[in-house]
Amino acid sequence: MADLYPIRVTVNGELHQCSVSPRTHLVDFVRDTLGLKGSHLGCEHGVCGACTVELNGRTVRGCLTLAVQADGGTVNTIEGLSRAGVIRDLQDAFVQRNALQCGFCTSGMLMAAKELVEQRPDANRAEVREWISGNYCRCTGYHAIVDAICDVLQQRKAATSRTEASA
Amino acid sequence: MKRDDIVNLEPGVDQPAPLTPVTEDARYIGVSVPRGGIERLTQGLGQFVDDLELPRMAHVAYWRSPVAHMRIRKIHADAARAVPGVLLVADGHDLAKVCKPWVAVLGHLAGMKSAPQYALAVDRACWQGEPVVAVVAQTRAQAEDALQLVSVDWDELPAATDMETALDPATPLIHPELGDNLCFTRSLDVGEVDRVFAEADAVAEATLEFGRHTGVTLEPRVQIAHWNPAEQRLTVYHSFQAPHMMQDLYGRQFDLPASAIRVVCKDVGGSFGIKVHAYPDDFATVALSIMLGRPVKFVADRLESFTSDIHARHHRVKGRIAVNKGGEILGFEIDDLTGIGPYSVFPRTSAIEGNQVVNLVGGPYKHKHYRARLKVVFQNKTPTCQYRGVGHPIACAVTEALVDLAAQKIGMDPLEIRQRNVIPDDAYPTAGASGIKLEILSHEASLRKLRELMNYDALRAEQAALRKQGIHRGIGFATVIELTNPSAAFYGVGGARIASQDGATVRLDPEGDITVMVGVGEQGQGTEGIYRQIAADAVGVDIHKVRIVTGDTDVTPYGGGTWASRGAGVGGEAVLLAGQALRENILKVAAVILKREAATLAVRRGRIVDALNEEELLPLHELGRIAYFRSDTLPATFTPELMVTRHYAQRDFPFIFTNGVQASYVEIDTDTGFVRLLKHWAVEDCGRVLNPMLVDEQMRGAIVQGIGGALLEECLYDDAGLMINANMADYLVPMAAEMPDIEVAHVQTPTASSKLGAKGAGEAGTAGAPAAVMNAINDALAPFDTHVFSQPITPQKVLRALGKVS
Repeated sequence: MADLYPIRVTVNGELHQCSVSPRTHLVDFVRDTLGLKGSHLGCEHGVCGACTVELNGRTVRGCLTLAVQADGGTVNTIEGLSRAGVIRDLQDAFVQRNALQCGFCTSGMLMAAKELVEQRPDANRAEVREWISGNYCRCTGYHAIVDAICDVLQQRKAATSRTEASA
Repeated sequence: MKRDDIVNLEPGVDQPAPLTPVTEDARYIGVSVPRGGIERLTQGLGQFVDDLELPRMAHVAYWRSPVAHMRIRKIHADAARAVPGVLLVADGHDLAKVCKPWVAVLGHLAGMKSAPQYALAVDRACWQGEPVVAVVAQTRAQAEDALQLVSVDWDELPAATDMETALDPATPLIHPELGDNLCFTRSLDVGEVDRVFAEADAVAEATLEFGRHTGVTLEPRVQIAHWNPAEQRLTVYHSFQAPHMMQDLYGRQFDLPASAIRVVCKDVGGSFGIKVHAYPDDFATVALSIMLGRPVKFVADRLESFTSDIHARHHRVKGRIAVNKGGEILGFEIDDLTGIGPYSVFPRTSAIEGNQVVNLVGGPYKHKHYRARLKVVFQNKTPTCQYRGVGHPIACAVTEALVDLAAQKIGMDPLEIRQRNVIPDDAYPTAGASGIKLEILSHEASLRKLRELMNYDALRAEQAALRKQGIHRGIGFATVIELTNPSAAFYGVGGARIASQDGATVRLDPEGDITVMVGVGEQGQGTEGIYRQIAADAVGVDIHKVRIVTGDTDVTPYGGGTWASRGAGVGGEAVLLAGQALRENILKVAAVILKREAATLAVRRGRIVDALNEEELLPLHELGRIAYFRSDTLPATFTPELMVTRHYAQRDFPFIFTNGVQASYVEIDTDTGFVRLLKHWAVEDCGRVLNPMLVDEQMRGAIVQGIGGALLEECLYDDAGLMINANMADYLVPMAAEMPDIEVAHVQTPTASSKLGAKGAGEAGTAGAPAAVMNAINDALAPFDTHVFSQPITPQKVLRALGKVS
């Protein structure tokens, strides 16, 4: 067993100072060390996207990122984003559209969706499909997920134009 | 939400008369109510089995056979045992002292045979991926580290890998004691097949191949087995579809009374049939917990999922169809060969899929002549068994490909030939040529609806116009039947202890809330959602007052769980019956309290009201308060019974068949062989639609799984029987960008076998999609006078059909 390395990492706004084995993946760290079970392991080789978390503002595969790579950084998981309320509209839209069935992919899917609605506010349906192609869903066939994300894109656009109009 | 806003909204399509409500005050049944209780899954606060941590919990990792067939000479485990944290290293002989072997056959599949199978391989391993050695340690990492130090001496044995040669004398026998590599064979000969083929104006034939694929549940198989030596009680937290079935099997394999076993299935990350079988590593994990007297967790990693989860659909079917000039289908003949791995899978067996193909080919049509032959053979590959659709995708693809070929031969439009040959809507009840009993279907109405939904004539015009520009698009159809709401004829009569009945308990709680416990669980399909709707309507309360409990053998009525699209039709009926019985009991209590005749009262939206004028008389929370806390105020001879259990088994037919029709619109790049899916339509008839949105989503998800099998998914093996793409990157599953939008419409023809009238909706999408897509591809290829009948239809196969590659 290799030596443990000390890391300082802010997860969902809380600072954690821990010692981790260098081989520990970020998703195993948040799940096993911090008890944040919302990020899931679907393949452990970077394909399915169920383990997607935010590291320093960008989505990463939690199973391809090592915990030591997060040293000094900031991590957001589905639990933190939920508490903060920043993806409430996406979560509501997913429920309304039944854009999840078993829900195992949903945390990662919402991570991808959040990045999309923030970075590509004008995305069309095809672009939404393209964007979430790094996240596998075996239940829905994707149609409802695309519907839900498109709903939120529209809602946010409408909210932005209302804000601009009133300014 | 208005009911009218939801069902049968497709513009320009004949709307059937609305169905008669099944409850007095229908508010939720038939409405697209979003599923309650799934918010937790959007917030990362679900509880999948791998999220559970128990005190003293150990972790197991399995050393699996790296070859297709081997004799185990010696297992060297001392180095692994010496690794810090390792608690136990055990092999097949060790576990056989705790867990009995099993043989998976069914009495009603005459002549079926298989060999005894053990929790861990004893002396011999018969497929790459068969578990051989278990390493249990305090952490998963320690177990995996120690696994590297397990060393096994083995002799590689000759492997039987090609199903085409499985029965040749030169092929090695996988189980010499069985005498050959044949698991099951069946022949069916109905009518005068030779005569109609001889007299037919046209005969078309094709050989269709279906690659092995697997379910790829996003959450792998996972369980925690906890044998508590002080209680002498086993608890298994399981990602599974049938908790009572596993309770029974654990009891029998470990010689325990079922009452000493609790199986808990809460959040399940996808199942699709993968999680309804008894796997050797599942029994092994339980055995290890019994041996250690502490909880043991097993989580399959993705690589071992690919060779240890069941595979499915490995078939080669030669088929032909006889048709006359007028477009009348006279008969079908098929010869199906399927390879199932070295063992039939426990307890459902691996012969059902092939048996279904025999039963279902030609199913939508009214021909009277049918011949089928089936051979189910053993091979040294991962065992196959029931996966979503079970035989339907094969049968449908064979049938619908032949129908298209026949139409092509006589120059008839493919939609036209289907309209002429489906069993007419007024001909039910009837039987199909294979003998399947059909209660009531709506092929004609469904085909009419599809034609309008997809705007067929305009689409054909567009296709023709584009073809002139060198753009090759195709339209393909699949007429589908799906067996749902199974009776005991499926498994019970064959001796398998798999419940076809199911039960529901409905309880009025003191504050007027309703708690419902059901034997069928939730794997994401929305079962709990529809049970809330049914219970709310049946009792007469707001839906937010209803809580559903499933997936715990200590708590729920005994039931079969999730399989064969039975959750809505069987579990839902039990909820309806129990809810309506509770309502009657509530009215009896109200009658006593109000000193009135029960017949003059009704339950409306959480209140007892006057049945005539709906005047509010007593809220349910007040009734609950009196019933539970002030029994002193009630007559001594009267006891409120505010918890009611009802069971339901569908006994009118072996199965309640559903029907539907799908259409696919594709474009083929004739330079690259790539198929672009432009659009998919589905008209389905699952009887009474309980929640249109959930049915749509079952259809869409199932269609995409079917498309996966048609275009992408295949467990590829080399000649030595080694799977060469056993990882998520190389095994292709559908991704969002390549899947089409899917439009779904409903026709509702309720079954009369239940009050609810609901049939199943979980598998029809998977049944029809491969046929529709394949036929669309072949329609696009028609100008080149070629076909592709081998699934998955890869770009390479398309180019080969076009003569562009060899």
